[in-house]
Amino acid sequence: MLKVNDINVYYGAIHAIKGVSFEVNDGEVVTLIGANGAGKSTILNTVSGLLRSRTGSVEFLGKNLGSVPAHKIVDMGIAHVPEGRRVFLQMTVEENLEMGAFTRPNSGVAGHLERVYEQFPRLKERRRQIAGTLSGGEQQMLAMGRGLMSDPKLLMLDEPSMGLAPILVEQIFDIIKELHKAGTTILLVEQNARMALSVADRGYVLETGKIVTSGAGADLLNDEAVKKAYLGG
Amino acid sequence: MVFFSYLIGGISLGSVYAIIALGYTMVYGIAKMLNFAHGDVIMVGGYICYCAMTYLNLPAIVSILLSMVVCTVLGVVIEGLAYRPLRQAGSLAVLITAIGVSYFLQNAAQLIWGVTPKIFTSAVSFPLPEGLTDLGISSEAIVTVASCVVIMIALTLFVNHTKMGKAMRACSEDKGAAQLMGINVNRTISMTFAIGSALAAIAGVLLCSTFPTLIPTTGSMPGIKAFTAAVFGGIGSIPGAFIGGLLLGVIEAMAQAYISTNLANAIVFAVLIVVLLVRPSGLLGKYVPEKV
Repeated sequence: MLKVNDINVYYGAIHAIKGVSFEVNDGEVVTLIGANGAGKSTILNTVSGLLRSRTGSVEFLGKNLGSVPAHKIVDMGIAHVPEGRRVFLQMTVEENLEMGAFTRPNSGVAGHLERVYEQFPRLKERRRQIAGTLSGGEQQMLAMGRGLMSDPKLLMLDEPSMGLAPILVEQIFDIIKELHKAGTTILLVEQNARMALSVADRGYVLETGKIVTSGAGADLLNDEAVKKAYLGG
Repeated sequence: MVFFSYLIGGISLGSVYAIIALGYTMVYGIAKMLNFAHGDVIMVGGYICYCAMTYLNLPAIVSILLSMVVCTVLGVVIEGLAYRPLRQAGSLAVLITAIGVSYFLQNAAQLIWGVTPKIFTSAVSFPLPEGLTDLGISSEAIVTVASCVVIMIALTLFVNHTKMGKAMRACSEDKGAAQLMGINVNRTISMTFAIGSALAAIAGVLLCSTFPTLIPTTGSMPGIKAFTAAVFGGIGSIPGAFIGGLLLGVIEAMAQAYISTNLANAIVFAVLIVVLLVRPSGLLGKYVPEKV
Protein backbone atom coordinates (compact mmCIF):
# COMPACT_ATOMS: atom_id res chain seq x y z
CA MET A 1 0.00 0.00 0.00
CA LEU A 2 2.69 2.48 1.07
CA LYS A 3 6.15 2.12 -0.42
CA VAL A 4 8.93 4.38 0.77
CA ASN A 5 11.93 4.01 -1.45
CA ASP A 6 15.41 5.31 -0.53
CA ILE A 7 14.37 8.75 0.75
CA ASN A 8 16.86 11.37 1.88
CA VAL A 9 15.49 14.29 3.87
CA TYR A 10 17.45 17.34 4.95
CA TYR A 11 16.84 20.14 7.43
CA GLY A 12 19.02 22.77 5.82
CA ALA A 13 22.47 21.20 5.87
CA ILE A 14 21.51 18.46 8.32
CA HIS A 15 21.02 15.09 6.69
CA ALA A 16 18.16 13.76 8.83
CA ILE A 17 16.98 10.71 6.87
CA LYS A 18 19.64 8.71 5.07
CA GLY A 19 18.32 6.40 2.40
CA VAL A 20 15.35 4.92 4.25
CA SER A 21 13.15 2.33 2.51
CA PHE A 22 10.21 0.44 3.94
CA GLU A 23 6.72 -0.61 3.08
CA VAL A 24 3.33 -1.04 4.65
CA ASN A 25 0.96 -3.64 3.23
CA ASP A 26 -2.82 -3.61 3.23
CA GLY A 27 -4.27 -4.38 6.68
CA GLU A 28 -0.91 -4.37 8.48
CA VAL A 29 0.20 -2.53 11.58
CA VAL A 30 3.79 -1.50 10.96
CA THR A 31 5.85 0.32 13.54
CA LEU A 32 8.93 2.50 13.30
CA ILE A 33 10.77 2.51 16.60
CA GLY A 34 13.88 4.35 17.65
CA ALA A 35 15.28 6.86 20.10
CA ASN A 36 14.53 10.56 20.21
CA GLY A 37 15.91 12.24 17.10
CA ALA A 38 16.25 9.03 15.10
CA GLY A 39 14.04 10.55 12.39
CA LYS A 40 10.72 8.79 12.97
CA SER A 41 8.52 11.89 12.79
CA THR A 42 10.55 13.26 9.88
CA ILE A 43 9.60 10.17 7.88
CA LEU A 44 5.88 10.61 8.62
CA ASN A 45 6.08 14.31 7.75
CA THR A 46 7.68 13.38 4.45
CA VAL A 47 4.92 10.90 3.63
CA SER A 48 2.26 13.53 4.35
CA GLY A 49 3.98 16.19 2.27
CA LEU A 50 4.95 18.60 5.06
CA LEU A 51 8.59 17.83 4.22
CA ARG A 52 10.12 16.76 0.92
CA SER A 53 12.68 14.11 0.13
CA ARG A 54 15.57 15.13 -2.12
CA THR A 55 15.86 11.71 -3.70
CA GLY A 56 13.91 8.49 -3.79
CA SER A 57 10.15 8.25 -3.78
CA VAL A 58 7.08 7.82 -1.65
CA GLU A 59 4.43 5.73 -3.38
CA PHE A 60 0.91 5.20 -2.13
CA LEU A 61 -1.39 2.77 -3.95
CA GLY A 62 0.94 3.01 -6.90
CA LYS A 63 0.92 6.82 -7.07
CA ASN A 64 4.02 8.89 -6.49
CA LEU A 65 3.37 11.46 -3.74
CA GLY A 66 6.49 13.48 -4.53
CA SER A 67 4.70 16.47 -6.01
CA VAL A 68 1.34 16.20 -4.25
CA PRO A 69 0.80 19.22 -1.94
CA ALA A 70 0.27 18.42 1.74
CA HIS A 71 -3.40 19.42 1.73
CA LYS A 72 -4.18 16.91 -1.03
CA ILE A 73 -2.62 13.93 0.77
CA VAL A 74 -5.57 13.32 3.07
CA ASP A 75 -7.86 13.08 0.07
CA MET A 76 -5.72 10.26 -1.30
CA GLY A 77 -6.50 8.22 1.81
CA ILE A 78 -3.72 8.97 4.27
CA ALA A 79 -4.55 10.44 7.69
CA HIS A 80 -1.65 11.67 9.80
CA VAL A 81 -2.16 12.06 13.55
CA PRO A 82 0.81 14.28 14.34
CA GLU A 83 3.23 14.17 17.23
CA GLY A 84 2.02 16.17 20.21
CA ARG A 85 -1.61 15.63 19.11
CA ARG A 86 -1.95 19.16 17.71
CA VAL A 87 -5.70 19.31 18.12
CA PHE A 88 -7.24 22.75 17.60
CA LEU A 89 -7.29 23.87 21.23
CA GLN A 90 -9.72 26.75 20.81
CA MET A 91 -12.29 24.76 18.88
CA THR A 92 -14.83 22.33 20.31
CA VAL A 93 -14.39 18.58 20.19
CA GLU A 94 -17.01 18.26 17.48
CA GLU A 95 -15.50 21.08 15.41
CA ASN A 96 -12.13 19.34 15.60
CA LEU A 97 -13.71 16.16 14.29
CA GLU A 98 -15.48 18.08 11.52
CA MET A 99 -12.10 19.46 10.44
CA GLY A 100 -10.90 15.87 10.13
CA ALA A 101 -13.56 15.35 7.48
CA PHE A 102 -12.82 18.67 5.76
CA THR A 103 -12.27 17.14 2.33
CA ARG A 104 -15.22 14.80 2.59
CA PRO A 105 -18.66 15.72 1.19
CA ASN A 106 -20.91 17.15 3.90
CA SER A 107 -23.41 14.33 3.50
CA GLY A 108 -20.99 11.73 4.86
CA VAL A 109 -19.85 13.68 7.91
CA ALA A 110 -22.70 12.72 10.23
CA GLY A 111 -22.08 9.01 9.61
CA HIS A 112 -18.33 9.26 10.28
CA LEU A 113 -19.05 11.31 13.37
CA GLU A 114 -21.36 8.60 14.72
CA ARG A 115 -18.73 5.94 14.11
CA VAL A 116 -15.96 7.89 15.81
CA TYR A 117 -18.24 8.59 18.79
CA GLU A 118 -18.90 4.84 19.01
CA GLN A 119 -15.17 4.18 19.10
CA PHE A 120 -14.53 6.99 21.58
CA PRO A 121 -17.61 7.40 23.81
CA ARG A 122 -15.66 9.89 25.94
CA LEU A 123 -15.52 12.28 22.98
CA LYS A 124 -19.28 12.12 22.59
CA GLU A 125 -19.74 13.15 26.23
CA ARG A 126 -17.46 16.12 25.61
CA ARG A 127 -18.56 17.06 22.12
CA ARG A 128 -19.37 20.68 23.00
CA GLN A 129 -16.31 21.20 25.15
CA ILE A 130 -13.34 23.28 23.97
CA ALA A 131 -10.48 20.92 23.10
CA GLY A 132 -8.03 22.94 25.23
CA THR A 133 -9.93 21.87 28.36
CA LEU A 134 -9.53 18.12 27.68
CA SER A 135 -6.98 15.97 29.50
CA GLY A 136 -3.92 14.70 27.63
CA GLY A 137 -5.44 11.28 27.07
CA GLU A 138 -8.69 12.74 25.79
CA GLN A 139 -6.76 15.04 23.45
CA GLN A 140 -4.96 12.00 22.05
CA MET A 141 -8.30 10.27 21.50
CA LEU A 142 -9.56 13.41 19.80
CA ALA A 143 -6.50 13.53 17.56
CA MET A 144 -7.01 9.90 16.58
CA GLY A 145 -10.74 10.37 16.10
CA ARG A 146 -10.03 13.43 13.94
CA GLY A 147 -7.69 11.31 11.81
CA LEU A 148 -10.35 8.63 11.40
CA MET A 149 -12.96 11.18 10.29
CA SER A 150 -11.52 11.17 6.77
CA ASP A 151 -12.11 7.39 6.62
CA PRO A 152 -8.46 6.80 5.69
CA LYS A 153 -6.95 3.79 3.99
CA LEU A 154 -3.76 4.37 5.96
CA LEU A 155 -3.64 5.87 9.45
CA MET A 156 -0.27 7.24 10.57
CA LEU A 157 0.08 7.66 14.33
CA ASP A 158 3.03 9.66 15.65
CA GLU A 159 3.86 8.89 19.29
CA PRO A 160 0.27 8.38 20.47
CA SER A 161 1.50 7.35 23.94
CA MET A 162 3.70 10.40 24.50
CA GLY A 163 3.25 12.01 27.90
CA LEU A 164 0.37 9.76 28.96
CA ALA A 165 -0.04 7.86 32.22
CA PRO A 166 0.49 4.06 31.90
CA ILE A 167 -3.21 3.28 32.15
CA LEU A 168 -3.98 5.69 29.31
CA VAL A 169 -1.18 4.21 27.24
CA GLU A 170 -2.89 0.81 27.66
CA GLN A 171 -6.17 2.36 26.51
CA ILE A 172 -4.63 3.95 23.43
CA PHE A 173 -2.99 0.67 22.44
CA ASP A 174 -6.26 -1.20 22.99
CA ILE A 175 -7.83 1.19 20.51
CA ILE A 176 -4.99 0.54 18.05
CA LYS A 177 -5.62 -3.20 18.38
CA GLU A 178 -9.33 -2.68 17.74
CA LEU A 179 -8.65 -0.56 14.67
CA HIS A 180 -6.29 -3.27 13.43
CA LYS A 181 -8.95 -5.92 13.94
CA ALA A 182 -11.40 -3.80 11.99
CA GLY A 183 -8.96 -3.86 9.08
CA THR A 184 -7.39 -0.38 9.30
CA THR A 185 -3.83 -0.20 7.98
CA ILE A 186 -1.65 1.60 10.50
CA LEU A 187 1.85 3.05 10.44
CA LEU A 188 2.81 3.59 14.06
CA VAL A 189 5.76 5.63 15.27
CA GLU A 190 6.67 5.06 18.89
CA GLN A 191 9.37 5.48 21.51
CA ASN A 192 7.54 2.97 23.66
CA ALA A 193 9.05 0.10 21.70
CA ARG A 194 7.68 -2.73 23.83
CA MET A 195 4.07 -1.63 23.41
CA ALA A 196 4.52 -0.82 19.75
CA LEU A 197 6.11 -4.16 18.86
CA SER A 198 3.47 -6.07 20.79
CA VAL A 199 0.69 -4.72 18.55
CA ALA A 200 2.65 -4.58 15.28
CA ASP A 201 2.83 -7.17 12.53
CA ARG A 202 6.20 -5.84 11.50
CA GLY A 203 8.65 -3.30 12.79
CA TYR A 204 11.62 -1.26 11.63
CA VAL A 205 14.30 -0.01 14.02
CA LEU A 206 15.61 3.41 13.16
CA GLU A 207 18.94 4.84 14.34
CA THR A 208 20.14 8.34 13.40
CA GLY A 209 18.24 8.41 10.15
CA LYS A 210 18.91 4.84 9.01
CA ILE A 211 17.02 1.60 9.34
CA VAL A 212 19.27 -0.82 11.22
CA THR A 213 16.97 -3.81 11.77
CA SER A 214 13.58 -4.93 10.65
CA GLY A 215 11.39 -7.95 11.11
CA ALA A 216 8.17 -9.31 12.54
CA GLY A 217 7.01 -7.55 15.72
CA ALA A 218 7.36 -10.67 17.87
CA ASP A 219 10.85 -11.43 16.53
CA LEU A 220 12.08 -7.92 17.24
CA LEU A 221 10.68 -8.17 20.78
CA ASN A 222 12.99 -11.17 21.32
CA ASP A 223 15.98 -9.80 19.40
CA GLU A 224 18.91 -9.41 21.82
CA ALA A 225 20.23 -6.19 20.30
CA VAL A 226 16.79 -4.58 20.22
CA LYS A 227 16.10 -5.74 23.77
CA LYS A 228 19.30 -4.18 24.97
CA ALA A 229 18.89 -0.86 23.21
CA TYR A 230 15.14 -0.22 23.41
CA LEU A 231 13.46 -2.62 25.80
CA GLY A 232 15.60 -2.11 28.89
CA GLY A 233 17.65 -5.32 28.61
CA MET B 1 -27.65 67.51 24.28
CA VAL B 2 -24.23 68.63 23.12
CA PHE B 3 -22.73 65.69 24.97
CA PHE B 4 -25.15 63.37 23.17
CA SER B 5 -24.13 64.63 19.76
CA TYR B 6 -20.44 64.17 20.63
CA LEU B 7 -21.27 60.65 21.75
CA ILE B 8 -23.02 59.91 18.44
CA GLY B 9 -20.03 61.31 16.55
CA GLY B 10 -17.72 59.11 18.60
CA ILE B 11 -19.76 55.95 18.10
CA SER B 12 -20.00 56.61 14.38
CA LEU B 13 -16.24 57.21 14.07
CA GLY B 14 -15.64 54.20 16.28
CA SER B 15 -17.78 52.05 14.00
CA VAL B 16 -15.54 52.93 11.05
CA TYR B 17 -12.47 52.04 13.15
CA ALA B 18 -14.17 48.79 14.11
CA ILE B 19 -14.84 47.80 10.49
CA ILE B 20 -11.21 48.49 9.59
CA ALA B 21 -10.00 46.76 12.76
CA LEU B 22 -11.96 43.62 11.80
CA GLY B 23 -9.86 43.39 8.63
CA TYR B 24 -6.61 43.85 10.58
CA THR B 25 -7.58 41.36 13.21
CA MET B 26 -8.72 38.63 10.79
CA VAL B 27 -5.58 38.88 8.72
CA TYR B 28 -3.45 38.90 11.84
CA GLY B 29 -5.34 35.98 13.33
CA ILE B 30 -4.89 33.80 10.27
CA ALA B 31 -1.74 34.95 8.49
CA LYS B 32 -0.02 36.11 11.73
CA MET B 33 1.08 39.29 10.00
CA LEU B 34 0.32 42.98 10.37
CA ASN B 35 -0.90 44.19 7.03
CA PHE B 36 0.06 47.84 7.26
CA ALA B 37 -1.21 48.38 3.73
CA HIS B 38 -4.75 47.75 5.00
CA GLY B 39 -5.32 51.47 5.65
CA ASP B 40 -4.38 52.30 2.07
CA VAL B 41 -6.88 49.82 0.69
CA ILE B 42 -9.47 52.00 2.46
CA MET B 43 -8.22 55.00 0.52
CA VAL B 44 -8.42 53.07 -2.77
CA GLY B 45 -11.97 52.07 -1.83
CA GLY B 46 -12.84 55.74 -1.34
CA TYR B 47 -11.34 56.77 -4.70
CA ILE B 48 -13.05 53.98 -6.64
CA CYS B 49 -16.43 54.89 -5.17
CA TYR B 50 -15.76 58.59 -5.86
CA CYS B 51 -14.82 57.91 -9.50
CA ALA B 52 -17.80 55.63 -10.05
CA MET B 53 -20.21 58.25 -8.71
CA THR B 54 -18.56 61.33 -10.23
CA TYR B 55 -17.24 60.20 -13.59
CA LEU B 56 -19.47 57.24 -14.40
CA ASN B 57 -22.58 58.70 -12.73
CA LEU B 58 -23.37 55.33 -11.22
CA PRO B 59 -25.88 55.13 -8.37
CA ALA B 60 -24.33 55.11 -4.88
CA ILE B 61 -25.07 51.49 -4.11
CA VAL B 62 -23.54 50.28 -7.40
CA SER B 63 -20.49 52.46 -6.76
CA ILE B 64 -20.08 50.94 -3.31
CA LEU B 65 -20.33 47.41 -4.70
CA LEU B 66 -17.85 48.23 -7.46
CA SER B 67 -15.44 49.62 -4.90
CA MET B 68 -15.79 46.43 -2.82
CA VAL B 69 -15.05 44.26 -5.85
CA VAL B 70 -11.99 46.30 -6.83
CA CYS B 71 -10.63 46.25 -3.25
CA THR B 72 -11.24 42.53 -2.88
CA VAL B 73 -9.23 41.85 -6.02
CA LEU B 74 -6.57 44.31 -4.90
CA GLY B 75 -6.29 42.60 -1.49
CA VAL B 76 -5.95 39.14 -3.03
CA VAL B 77 -3.37 40.40 -5.55
CA ILE B 78 -1.33 42.13 -2.82
CA GLU B 79 -1.34 38.94 -0.76
CA GLY B 80 -0.40 36.75 -3.71
CA LEU B 81 2.37 38.97 -5.11
CA ALA B 82 3.87 40.58 -2.02
CA TYR B 83 3.18 38.37 1.00
CA ARG B 84 2.84 34.79 -0.26
CA PRO B 85 6.47 34.52 -1.47
CA LEU B 86 7.49 35.46 2.07
CA ARG B 87 5.43 32.78 3.83
CA GLN B 88 8.61 31.08 5.11
CA ALA B 89 10.49 34.35 5.76
CA GLY B 90 10.88 36.08 9.11
CA SER B 91 8.12 38.35 10.37
CA LEU B 92 10.33 41.47 9.99
CA ALA B 93 10.65 40.87 6.24
CA VAL B 94 6.87 40.64 5.95
CA LEU B 95 6.36 43.75 8.08
CA ILE B 96 8.75 45.81 5.95
CA THR B 97 7.08 44.51 2.79
CA ALA B 98 3.70 45.59 4.16
CA ILE B 99 5.05 49.09 4.80
CA GLY B 100 6.45 49.07 1.25
CA VAL B 101 3.06 48.08 -0.18
CA SER B 102 1.48 50.88 1.83
CA TYR B 103 3.78 53.51 0.27
CA PHE B 104 3.35 51.93 -3.13
CA LEU B 105 -0.44 52.30 -2.93
CA GLN B 106 -0.20 55.89 -1.70
CA ASN B 107 2.17 56.87 -4.50
CA ALA B 108 0.18 55.03 -7.12
CA ALA B 109 -2.93 56.90 -5.95
CA GLN B 110 -1.02 60.18 -6.19
CA LEU B 111 -0.02 59.34 -9.77
CA ILE B 112 -3.55 58.40 -10.77
CA TRP B 113 -5.64 60.93 -8.89
CA GLY B 114 -3.14 63.71 -8.10
CA VAL B 115 -2.57 65.49 -4.81
CA THR B 116 -5.51 67.89 -5.04
CA PRO B 117 -8.13 66.70 -2.59
CA LYS B 118 -11.28 65.26 -4.10
CA ILE B 119 -14.48 66.28 -2.40
CA PHE B 120 -16.47 63.16 -1.75
CA THR B 121 -20.26 63.41 -1.96
CA SER B 122 -21.81 61.26 0.72
CA ALA B 123 -22.80 57.90 -0.72
CA VAL B 124 -25.11 57.08 2.13
CA SER B 125 -27.15 60.19 2.77
CA PHE B 126 -30.94 60.19 2.99
CA PRO B 127 -33.39 62.66 4.48
CA LEU B 128 -33.97 62.37 8.22
CA PRO B 129 -36.81 63.76 10.34
CA GLU B 130 -35.85 67.07 11.94
CA GLY B 131 -36.06 65.66 15.47
CA LEU B 132 -33.10 63.41 14.76
CA THR B 133 -30.91 65.97 13.05
CA ASP B 134 -31.47 68.28 16.02
CA LEU B 135 -29.95 65.61 18.22
CA GLY B 136 -26.85 65.58 16.03
CA ILE B 137 -27.75 62.29 14.35
CA SER B 138 -26.86 62.19 10.65
CA SER B 139 -27.87 59.64 8.06
CA GLU B 140 -24.15 58.80 7.69
CA ALA B 141 -23.92 58.00 11.38
CA ILE B 142 -26.95 55.72 11.22
CA VAL B 143 -25.68 53.84 8.17
CA THR B 144 -22.17 53.57 9.62
CA VAL B 145 -23.26 52.16 12.97
CA ALA B 146 -25.80 49.83 11.36
CA SER B 147 -23.23 48.50 8.83
CA CYS B 148 -20.74 47.91 11.60
CA VAL B 149 -23.23 45.90 13.67
CA VAL B 150 -24.39 43.87 10.66
CA ILE B 151 -20.79 43.16 9.57
CA MET B 152 -19.77 42.14 13.06
CA ILE B 153 -22.71 39.72 13.42
CA ALA B 154 -22.25 38.31 9.92
CA LEU B 155 -18.53 37.72 10.48
CA THR B 156 -19.12 36.05 13.82
CA LEU B 157 -21.67 33.70 12.27
CA PHE B 158 -19.40 33.02 9.31
CA VAL B 159 -16.36 32.18 11.42
CA ASN B 160 -18.25 30.02 13.91
CA HIS B 161 -20.74 28.18 11.75
CA THR B 162 -19.49 27.74 8.20
CA LYS B 163 -16.99 25.18 6.97
CA MET B 164 -14.77 27.88 5.49
CA GLY B 165 -14.96 29.92 8.70
CA LYS B 166 -13.99 26.93 10.80
CA ALA B 167 -11.12 26.20 8.42
CA MET B 168 -9.94 29.78 9.01
CA ARG B 169 -9.92 29.22 12.76
CA ALA B 170 -8.05 25.95 12.27
CA CYS B 171 -5.42 27.74 10.14
CA SER B 172 -5.09 30.46 12.71
CA GLU B 173 -4.25 27.91 15.39
CA ASP B 174 -1.98 25.49 13.57
CA LYS B 175 -1.25 25.69 9.84
CA GLY B 176 0.58 22.37 9.73
CA ALA B 177 -2.26 20.49 11.40
CA ALA B 178 -4.75 22.32 9.17
CA GLN B 179 -2.88 21.06 6.09
CA LEU B 180 -3.02 17.52 7.45
CA MET B 181 -6.82 17.94 7.53
CA GLY B 182 -6.74 18.75 3.84
CA ILE B 183 -7.25 22.49 4.27
CA ASN B 184 -5.57 24.57 1.56
CA VAL B 185 -3.80 27.13 3.73
CA ASN B 186 -2.87 29.48 0.88
CA ARG B 187 -6.44 29.63 -0.34
CA THR B 188 -7.71 30.26 3.18
CA ILE B 189 -5.30 33.15 3.63
CA SER B 190 -6.37 34.61 0.25
CA MET B 191 -9.97 34.35 1.37
CA THR B 192 -9.14 36.24 4.55
CA PHE B 193 -7.51 39.04 2.58
CA ALA B 194 -10.53 39.13 0.28
CA ILE B 195 -12.94 39.58 3.19
CA GLY B 196 -10.69 42.11 4.95
CA SER B 197 -10.30 44.18 1.79
CA ALA B 198 -14.01 44.16 1.00
CA LEU B 199 -14.57 45.49 4.53
CA ALA B 200 -11.87 48.11 3.93
CA ALA B 201 -13.81 49.32 0.86
CA ILE B 202 -16.97 49.73 2.95
CA ALA B 203 -14.97 51.51 5.62
CA GLY B 204 -13.48 53.80 2.96
CA VAL B 205 -16.89 54.81 1.62
CA LEU B 206 -18.30 55.39 5.12
CA LEU B 207 -15.25 57.33 6.24
CA CYS B 208 -15.32 59.60 3.19
CA SER B 209 -19.07 60.08 3.51
CA THR B 210 -18.50 61.55 6.98
CA PHE B 211 -15.17 63.29 6.31
CA PRO B 212 -15.40 64.21 2.62
CA THR B 213 -11.80 65.21 1.87
CA LEU B 214 -10.14 62.44 -0.12
CA ILE B 215 -6.35 62.49 -0.60
CA PRO B 216 -3.82 59.66 -1.19
CA THR B 217 -2.97 59.51 2.52
CA THR B 218 -6.59 59.48 3.68
CA GLY B 219 -6.29 55.89 4.82
CA SER B 220 -3.12 56.05 6.89
CA MET B 221 -4.33 57.68 10.11
CA PRO B 222 -7.60 55.73 10.34
CA GLY B 223 -5.57 52.63 9.48
CA ILE B 224 -3.19 53.18 12.37
CA LYS B 225 -6.05 54.04 14.73
CA ALA B 226 -7.93 50.90 13.71
CA PHE B 227 -4.80 48.85 14.25
CA THR B 228 -4.64 50.41 17.70
CA ALA B 229 -8.29 49.50 18.21
CA ALA B 230 -7.59 45.90 17.23
CA VAL B 231 -4.72 45.69 19.73
CA PHE B 232 -6.82 47.51 22.32
CA GLY B 233 -9.62 44.93 22.01
CA GLY B 234 -7.24 41.97 21.77
CA ILE B 235 -5.79 41.31 18.33
CA GLY B 236 -7.15 38.18 16.66
CA SER B 237 -10.52 38.57 18.38
CA ILE B 238 -13.54 39.65 16.32
CA PRO B 239 -15.65 41.03 19.21
CA GLY B 240 -12.42 42.59 20.51
CA ALA B 241 -12.00 44.58 17.31
CA PHE B 242 -15.60 45.74 17.55
CA ILE B 243 -15.37 46.89 21.17
CA GLY B 244 -11.87 48.30 20.70
CA GLY B 245 -13.02 50.32 17.69
CA LEU B 246 -16.08 51.75 19.42
CA LEU B 247 -14.17 52.67 22.58
CA LEU B 248 -11.39 54.29 20.61
CA GLY B 249 -13.86 56.37 18.60
CA VAL B 250 -15.73 57.54 21.69
CA ILE B 251 -12.52 58.35 23.59
CA GLU B 252 -11.24 60.32 20.61
CA ALA B 253 -14.49 62.27 20.22
CA MET B 254 -14.68 63.05 23.95
CA ALA B 255 -11.04 64.10 24.11
CA GLN B 256 -11.57 66.42 21.16
CA ALA B 257 -14.70 67.90 22.66
CA TYR B 258 -13.70 68.35 26.27
CA ILE B 259 -9.90 68.36 26.47
CA SER B 260 -8.15 69.50 23.34
CA THR B 261 -8.44 68.89 19.62
CA ASN B 262 -4.68 68.90 19.28
CA LEU B 263 -4.15 66.44 22.10
CA ALA B 264 -6.91 64.03 21.06
CA ASN B 265 -4.58 61.59 19.28
CA ALA B 266 -2.06 61.71 22.11
CA ILE B 267 -4.84 60.88 24.57
CA VAL B 268 -6.08 57.99 22.43
CA PHE B 269 -2.63 56.41 22.32
CA ALA B 270 -2.02 57.12 26.02
CA VAL B 271 -5.16 55.13 26.83
CA LEU B 272 -3.85 52.30 24.66
CA ILE B 273 -0.57 52.25 26.56
CA VAL B 274 -2.37 52.12 29.90
CA VAL B 275 -4.67 49.30 28.76
CA LEU B 276 -1.73 47.28 27.47
CA LEU B 277 0.17 47.80 30.74
CA VAL B 278 -2.75 46.37 32.69
CA ARG B 279 -3.89 43.78 30.15
CA PRO B 280 -1.05 42.98 27.75
CA SER B 281 -3.27 40.85 25.51
CA GLY B 282 -5.93 43.57 25.13
CA LEU B 283 -9.45 43.81 26.55
CA LEU B 284 -10.72 40.52 25.11
CA GLY B 285 -7.34 38.93 24.49
CA LYS B 286 -7.67 35.21 24.85
CA TYR B 287 -6.21 33.12 27.59
CA VAL B 288 -5.86 29.60 26.24
CA PRO B 289 -5.03 26.78 28.59
CA GLU B 290 -2.41 24.66 26.87
CA LYS B 291 -1.72 21.06 27.65
CA VAL B 292 1.59 19.54 26.75
